Amino acid sequence: MNIPATDAPDVIRVEGVTKVYHMGSQTVHALRGVDLRVKRGEMIAVMGHSGSGKSTLMNMLGCLDVPTSGDYYLDGVRVNGLSRNQLADLRNQKLGFVFQGFNLLARTSALENVELPLLYDRSGTKRDTRALAQHSLERVGLGQRVDHHPSELSGGQQQRVAIARALVTAPTVLLADEPTGNLDSRTSIEIMALFQELNEEGVTILIVTHEPDIACYAKRLVEVRDGRILRDEPVKDRRIASEDLKTLVAEPA
Amino acid sequence: MRTSTLLKIATQSILKNKMRTFLTMLGIVIGVAAVIVMVAIGYGAQESIQKQIGSLGTNMIIVMPGASTAGGVNQGAATFNRLTPADYEKLHRESLMLNAVSPVVFTQAQAISGSGNWRTRIQGVSTDYQTIRDWPVDQGTFFTEADLRSARKVAVLGTTVAKSLFPNDDPIGQQMQIRDVPFTVMGVLRSKGQNAGGQDADDIIIVPFTTAQTRLSGRQRVNQIIGSTSSPQDVPAAQEEIRSIMRESHKLGDGDDDDFTIRTQDEIAAAASSTTKVMTLLLAAIASISLLVGGIGIMNIMLVSVTERTREIGIRMAIGARGSDVLTQFLVESVAISVLGGLIGVAIGFGGAAIVGHVTGWTTATPPQAVAIAVAFSAAVGVFFGFYPARQAASLNPIQALRYE
Repeated sequence: MNIPATDAPDVIRVEGVTKVYHMGSQTVHALRGVDLRVKRGEMIAVMGHSGSGKSTLMNMLGCLDVPTSGDYYLDGVRVNGLSRNQLADLRNQKLGFVFQGFNLLARTSALENVELPLLYDRSGTKRDTRALAQHSLERVGLGQRVDHHPSELSGGQQQRVAIARALVTAPTVLLADEPTGNLDSRTSIEIMALFQELNEEGVTILIVTHEPDIACYAKRLVEVRDGRILRDEPVKDRRIASEDLKTLVAEPA
Repeated sequence: MRTSTLLKIATQSILKNKMRTFLTMLGIVIGVAAVIVMVAIGYGAQESIQKQIGSLGTNMIIVMPGASTAGGVNQGAATFNRLTPADYEKLHRESLMLNAVSPVVFTQAQAISGSGNWRTRIQGVSTDYQTIRDWPVDQGTFFTEADLRSARKVAVLGTTVAKSLFPNDDPIGQQMQIRDVPFTVMGVLRSKGQNAGGQDADDIIIVPFTTAQTRLSGRQRVNQIIGSTSSPQDVPAAQEEIRSIMRESHKLGDGDDDDFTIRTQDEIAAAASSTTKVMTLLLAAIASISLLVGGIGIMNIMLVSVTERTREIGIRMAIGARGSDVLTQFLVESVAISVLGGLIGVAIGFGGAAIVGHVTGWTTATPPQAVAIAVAFSAAVGVFFGFYPARQAASLNPIQALRYE
């Protein structure tokens, strides 16, 4: 892959990005000029109501969509102007996705699901994909369930498999889109505890959510409204998920 | 992506919907089986026609009197009747290529027996005639060299003549008259049915040519000299050999044209085999239509499959699959279905051809290359009809694909 690099220190640098959709005769301004910088090791919560533009921003950051105008640099690589194939390679090498609906392949074991991104790797490096997938599953606490299929796992376990899949390529940024949206509150906190643990290990994490209870586990809060960033500030009273879990154990289930 | 991974994904997806895969495959199975059976029938017909022509004598060479051309002017065959028993004897003595050679003296006459009479063709030939025409005697015997040398009045009848002259009796040993000459019946030839010209080949009386010359035609000349080689490959060489012996026999100088014509049955064989080839092709073309329909079935199912698996495609794209990866995945799947269907079709086709052969009594033959062609063709069907759905899948927008419910 031949992607020109600049020596920007930020892993994500978004400058004056706009996105305009044409839906029939209507023109929708989903993003109206967004600036955002993310440094390595940050844990950011992106909040906003539906229609605020946070999904569009997420798609853009995830290299699934390209901006109408403005610049986006991911790990020093200028993303706008890249071809479909280059975007695919970038997603494969620099990004890890965690979705609300887990999005695992059914009838495929946990191990094979986690191995999948490595199989699409085109960098040519020879790796033991099985061992890497196994290691990644152990990292999210599912080392004993590698042969289980998604249907045999609970929602929380499925999301852990999805996180293992996102981590297996050692991405620059982990993007999580409403990762706790389909989970009960206890499991949600467990997943947030895992995110905090991974963040402690140095993984840069960006979580899109509309729940303030979830956002309070991040270090930094970005609020999007009407296609603009309304608020960008450190989280006050940041909560630690593992401690919240201990309190929960004390209470009756 | 590695080939083994691609094959594994394809297998998983094929096994996921067993019934659907089976029904999709059925189209290809029927198509390929139909092609194989039709080709088998066509080739069988070709082989049996070749065999029939062989029994007429594909190895047969006919020497006829008269030059086909003389000094650039077509004189027509038999312009000069210049074939003699001496020519025959020289060929008989000197030819190395011919395994049998016989003169033929033609005449037509009324044959009369105690219980009937019949006008028929009479051929005076030598004992080699049986070998050349591959025509054995069913009852009694053929005449011998001794009969030939002493010009005995003996005859071998075709079945049509035998039935007409001796409807109720065993003809062997019976007396009959041809042009008031009494003959003894020695044998009856095996029935041959129609000859290549549509005539009744069994409407014939065979006598020693010496007898025919002295008792029936009264002429020294012979009408034809026929011979055969042991294999069809020897025919062209034998033709050359006959020509040089005949030129020598007729004392022709270097500048003289041949005063005889040499004919083989090659042209008949070629015409017949090209007819059956056309027939085979026609049958295969009709059967191919079902293969085409099978291919459309694959396309239909693949399109459904792409729609159903939109979300899966979205996931794969999100984690870094390129359009070409998705394209390959779906192409491998459709080719796997069609090739598997093709192989099953080949097996059923072989069975079907054997059953058709058994029930109808037709000869069926499946050339090995037909199998290779059928499998290659079904793979091509998979690629052709799988390409459009696969491209649909590859060109999906990952955002919309991920949102697809």
